[in-house]
Amino acid sequence: MSHEHLIACHECDLLLRPPELEAGGVAHCPRCGATLYKSSYRSQERALAFTVSAIILLMLANMFPIMGLQIGGNQVSCTLSSAALMLYHEGMQELGVLVLITTVIVPTAQMLIMLYVLLPLSLGYLPPRIPDMLRMLDMLRPWSMVEVFMLGILVSLTKLTAMATVIPGIALWSFAALMVLITAAMSSFNPRQIWLQLPVEPR
Amino acid sequence: MSPRPVSAAEAGLLNCHSCGLLSKNVPDANDRCPRCGAHLHMRKPDSLARTWALLIAAFLLYIPANILPVMHTASIIYEEDDTIMSGVVYLWTSGSWPLAILVFCASVTVPLAKLIALSTLAWTAQHKSTWRQQERTRLYRLVELVGRWSMLDIFVVTLMVGLVHFQSLATISAGPGAVAFASVVVLTMFAAMSFDPRLIWDPEQKQDD
Repeated sequence: MSHEHLIACHECDLLLRPPELEAGGVAHCPRCGATLYKSSYRSQERALAFTVSAIILLMLANMFPIMGLQIGGNQVSCTLSSAALMLYHEGMQELGVLVLITTVIVPTAQMLIMLYVLLPLSLGYLPPRIPDMLRMLDMLRPWSMVEVFMLGILVSLTKLTAMATVIPGIALWSFAALMVLITAAMSSFNPRQIWLQLPVEPR
Repeated sequence: MSPRPVSAAEAGLLNCHSCGLLSKNVPDANDRCPRCGAHLHMRKPDSLARTWALLIAAFLLYIPANILPVMHTASIIYEEDDTIMSGVVYLWTSGSWPLAILVFCASVTVPLAKLIALSTLAWTAQHKSTWRQQERTRLYRLVELVGRWSMLDIFVVTLMVGLVHFQSLATISAGPGAVAFASVVVLTMFAAMSFDPRLIWDPEQKQDD
């Protein structure tokens, strides 16, 4: 049995023939039910569009305040980085860094790598170091937590309204949109299509 | 019945964890995938040992994460230390019970359920159990999916600290419990990543040989 036409499930190691998919179809492992791969219409073009919009929103989300607070005559507001920095200066360096990594650094890296891969691809060629880039995307994925952060914004909003007048900022809306765009970009992206284009060196 | 399912490992094939290409298992210490150059492994290296180590560390930190305050509020009239649980109680009593349930799930239920689920998975895999393999694989997928949501409380504390600092009126600062709690989340995420779900299915092959 030649193994060139076979694949193995990444979750249970079952050896199987990759099923042919119609556009929009999803292949599942018949033994453990894992999602093997998807096929969707113009997936990379859609992923590129979402990626570009996400990059623009990433800038807005980081430059503008998330919310402001008013008590009596005093008014304060905070951006994501000013909040993380506050933790840092209070001696909670690890926390500040963890927050920055999961909400700014990883999502930004994710979107920049996507742009690096998808833009040349849309122009008809593969950029260098593709395997490293796709591996990096895989590694970054669990650490990108914009949607969790968005929920965090909602919870703190509720807690703070009991204390003072809360003024929602531009970044709040940007994070809400960013959450949708990053999820859309990552779920339309089809890395398998790129892997299949790469040559196999004989061993 | 259809022909007996065969795993790639049984057929002497290695599945590249990175690009999904199958290649022949040639005994060679430094084996790389012929398509993408990733290191090839039959199974994640030292999967169970790593998972256990990370789980034990997470179990230990789970105690200070719940006992120590995650947030400290100081104002002219009162001072208050909040633990994870008292934060949930506050949301509940102030009337926002949907959020209270949500935070309770993300911060209390999920971390504990994750620790128990991963321990069960590691334990059964270690004892080469063939018990409910499909459900165990599904459990693993669920653990990977929901783990990140426990970071919720860390983000809430960050925003509260970032906003509430009216010098004389009120100041909120983060407590040591927050560091322990964040460590539990990160450690269990690493534990889930080190566990190899294929170990759940490996006894299948050995049994009917």
